[in-house]
Amino acid sequence: MLTATETGHIESFRPKRFAQRYGVDPLLTLFVLVTALYGLIILYSASGQSLSMVIRQGAHVVVGLGVMALLSQIRRDVIIHITPFVFMFAALLLIAVLLFGVGAKGAQRWLALPGLPRFQPSELMKLALPAMVAWWLTRHKLPPSMSQLVIAAVLIVVPVALIAKQPDLGTSIIIAGSGFFVIFLAGISWRLLAVLGGLGVAALPVLWMVMHDYQRTRVMTLLDPQSDPLGAGWNTIQAMTALGSGGMFGKGYAEGTQAQLKFLPESHTDFIVAVLGEEMGFFGISVLLILYALILGRCLVLTMRAQGNFGRLLSGSITLTFFVYVFVNVGMVSGVLPVVGVPLPLISYGGTSIVSLLIGFGLIMSMQRTKRVLSGES
Amino acid sequence: MELSTGVREKNLIQSRVAVAALGGGFLLLLLLTRLVWLQLIETERFQTASEANRLQTLPVGPARGLIVDRNGVVLAENRPNLQLLLVPEEVSDLDQMIAEVRQRIEFTDSDAERFAKNLKTRRRPRDPVVVKDELSELDAARIAVDLFRFPGLQIEARPTRFYPYGGLTAHSLGYVGRLSLDELKSIEESRYAGTETIGKLGVEKAYEDALLGQVGVERVETSARGQIMRSVDREDPIPGADIPLHIDIGLTAKLYDVLGDNRGAIVAIDPKNGGILGLASAPTYDANSFIGGIGQAEYKALQVDRDTPLFNRALRGQYPPGSTIKPMLGLVGLHYGAVSWKTEISDRGFFQLSGNDHKYRDWKKWGHGRVNMDKAVIESCDTYFYEMAVRLGIDQMSEGMQHFGFGRRQGRDIQGDLPGILPSREWKRAARNQPWYLGETVISGIGQGFWVTTPLQLAAATTAMARRGNFIEPHFSILEDVDAGAPVPLGESMDWERMIDAMEDVLHGERGTARGAARGLNYRIAGKTGTAQVVSIGQEDEYDANELEERLRDHALFVGFAPADSPSIVVALIIENGGSGGTTAAPVARKIFDYWLLDRNEGSRPPDTNYVTQINQRVLEPKHADSN
Repeated sequence: MLTATETGHIESFRPKRFAQRYGVDPLLTLFVLVTALYGLIILYSASGQSLSMVIRQGAHVVVGLGVMALLSQIRRDVIIHITPFVFMFAALLLIAVLLFGVGAKGAQRWLALPGLPRFQPSELMKLALPAMVAWWLTRHKLPPSMSQLVIAAVLIVVPVALIAKQPDLGTSIIIAGSGFFVIFLAGISWRLLAVLGGLGVAALPVLWMVMHDYQRTRVMTLLDPQSDPLGAGWNTIQAMTALGSGGMFGKGYAEGTQAQLKFLPESHTDFIVAVLGEEMGFFGISVLLILYALILGRCLVLTMRAQGNFGRLLSGSITLTFFVYVFVNVGMVSGVLPVVGVPLPLISYGGTSIVSLLIGFGLIMSMQRTKRVLSGES
Repeated sequence: MELSTGVREKNLIQSRVAVAALGGGFLLLLLLTRLVWLQLIETERFQTASEANRLQTLPVGPARGLIVDRNGVVLAENRPNLQLLLVPEEVSDLDQMIAEVRQRIEFTDSDAERFAKNLKTRRRPRDPVVVKDELSELDAARIAVDLFRFPGLQIEARPTRFYPYGGLTAHSLGYVGRLSLDELKSIEESRYAGTETIGKLGVEKAYEDALLGQVGVERVETSARGQIMRSVDREDPIPGADIPLHIDIGLTAKLYDVLGDNRGAIVAIDPKNGGILGLASAPTYDANSFIGGIGQAEYKALQVDRDTPLFNRALRGQYPPGSTIKPMLGLVGLHYGAVSWKTEISDRGFFQLSGNDHKYRDWKKWGHGRVNMDKAVIESCDTYFYEMAVRLGIDQMSEGMQHFGFGRRQGRDIQGDLPGILPSREWKRAARNQPWYLGETVISGIGQGFWVTTPLQLAAATTAMARRGNFIEPHFSILEDVDAGAPVPLGESMDWERMIDAMEDVLHGERGTARGAARGLNYRIAGKTGTAQVVSIGQEDEYDANELEERLRDHALFVGFAPADSPSIVVALIIENGGSGGTTAAPVARKIFDYWLLDRNEGSRPPDTNYVTQINQRVLEPKHADSN
């Protein structure tokens, strides 16, 4: 990897040119790597000092970085070309999940095809959907016309509905968001946005009606965790207690009583930030948030540099979705958002999440690549 | 044109990206605010909540104080006991769990029955219930390896009360038992936070407060599942105080030994201080049976036993005192001038009230001839005391006799004793709403009629005799010793000495009713025999002990002390349906005096443990039900 001394010695080295020429962006890679390492440290404590879990997560990161580097090499036009097919494929898989899927805890999210490891088709949709919407909108002039928007809305609603039916509220909201971000970035008029916003608020009661009981409970719990402290409110209360009791510098690494004595639920996955907050305090969380800010900042820079409207829209959507992950997860753990199953990006234990995030970054890197030699002189 | 469209679109998207970035930055700031509030402002509140999560305060029960006899022999101790416990609130399928337990350890039907009873006993919520007591190490290990599979089940080494001589001490020490919900209402609950038992009877109950000790506190760190991870700090409990008794376990064994298979009671008191040296009530039971909750069958057997082993005859048996009270009554008569030492009456075998032809018969059919006070006591002349009683009147009789402690509970550290009845006009009015009749005064003169006393009262009254006119309340523990008792304001010192001389002649005189028991004695006993009627004998009926059914035979009584001049022991005993006091009770008393004064060198010799153990085993052996 690149180190400070290396960059110092090669005076002519510039990340921008390196990235545009070779695809892999050194700064984003560095930030991701540091964040992932920070995550491994947190995970060791959060998993109850399970070295094997840390090693497996390390492997996820390595695989993810490899896939990211690989994707960054793919030419933009190839990606644009295959987008509709990938989208169709992902949609078919989602239907298959509803028909033959397997799952746990009353939700049917996994597809177990013979000869393949179990996987969640919704993960594929996380990238396929924004790409598809971007593909559709960039076939015409921007900002999009009303009819284009209607088609785009259909493209979003169908897969989101399929995922919501599994049910997987967290993922469906994130995916809906990623599609919406594309439309937003494509320049949908503010007036229309306001009207849609108003309709959305009006539709909330309808949404409430179609929600599952456990989903309603989660929303109610957010409003008043103490209403059922040992049941639905347990997760939120314990997470807030963990965070709050951490104070400025925390109780010490692997010394968090909430986490180590298992008061915290899902401490190595969705609620891992509570472990960080308890053991390393506000300081530890601030470090993480700064790392995220660096990643996001770099992603924004890459988005600005992205080539072509498709590239800009896709990069922007992936960046914003990454932000949503962070915001929803930390918001949920700190008790400002309802408990939805959203992992903390790059930190929570789980291979699928990490690999799909890094695939997203790979796509961002690929989008800012200039066409071969031409870029050098520009 | 085309180019400018491209630039416009690029600018549009980039400006939107900037707007989104701003919005994101704003939201991130919001999140940061939330974290600042949680982690920097409300820290203390959440730290408290986290500590409350983590730390649990557990009470630690103190070790109960020991009970020791006058020679330091431990009569009640605490033994480690591996118990299999279960918190019913945490068990979903109880039957299945018990079935699983039965597969692993020896669990008999009587264990199951005992457990079922424990389960039914009302208790504090979440108090564990004993599944099986006294687990063997092997059984404990068998359960322990699988314990994680049985939430709610636990093995604990809890100290459990043990009475090494449970049969000999049951009626004096009582026992501890599981705290019942009713008892919870009358105790200070916090003191019992770590304790599940309470003194139910006897010394255990009387000294509950001192024996209990002070509860300690242990703070432990627990996981979310309630598992104890480690101890954080601990304030040790303060063990209960040891209670030293006057009881001599060797003497107590002797009391049961001499009682043999008879039903009866003996109370032995140290006249120097009123301390109870020995107390026996036969038959007896094993106090240890009651500690972990007694089995239904076992309890039932004790309850329906015709010989009532659970009944404390020494404290609660109310028997007519018969002639045993004659020396005291004599002193009352002398004091009130009903008779003097010189008074003589002529006894023809019966007494009659003037104007009534009912004959109050003497035990000696042809009478004792000319009788004065000394002779009346030595030969236990009934006619003399009939006559004296009438001269004295019931009012003065009961007033005088209450100085000896009759008609009331003995108090101090004695639990559950009954008051008996000292008959008086007021008593009869209150209890029966009837006037007093003169005929009732007559039979009161020989300790019959309404008059009933407990063996403990007889021992206490006799102690007042031994102390030459000083009543001291009997008590178990040396903690209750007092310097002096209450003087009995009757007669002069000369009267007491002369009465005691008469009591000596009961054994040592040529015509004493207990002379048979004093043969070959090298020390002097002062005593008095008594024979209490169980059924009243018809006017002209001949009394034939052999023909009466065994249970209708007279009770044999004896009270006395020795050595007569400087007594070191007072004994009061009753043998139910034993016949005459002189022939049955006095020889039994003789054995006790011999043991105390001859076999044993005044407490300097430690008791013979083998003997005590052997007697303890013998009293607990199941007897053959009535021998035919």
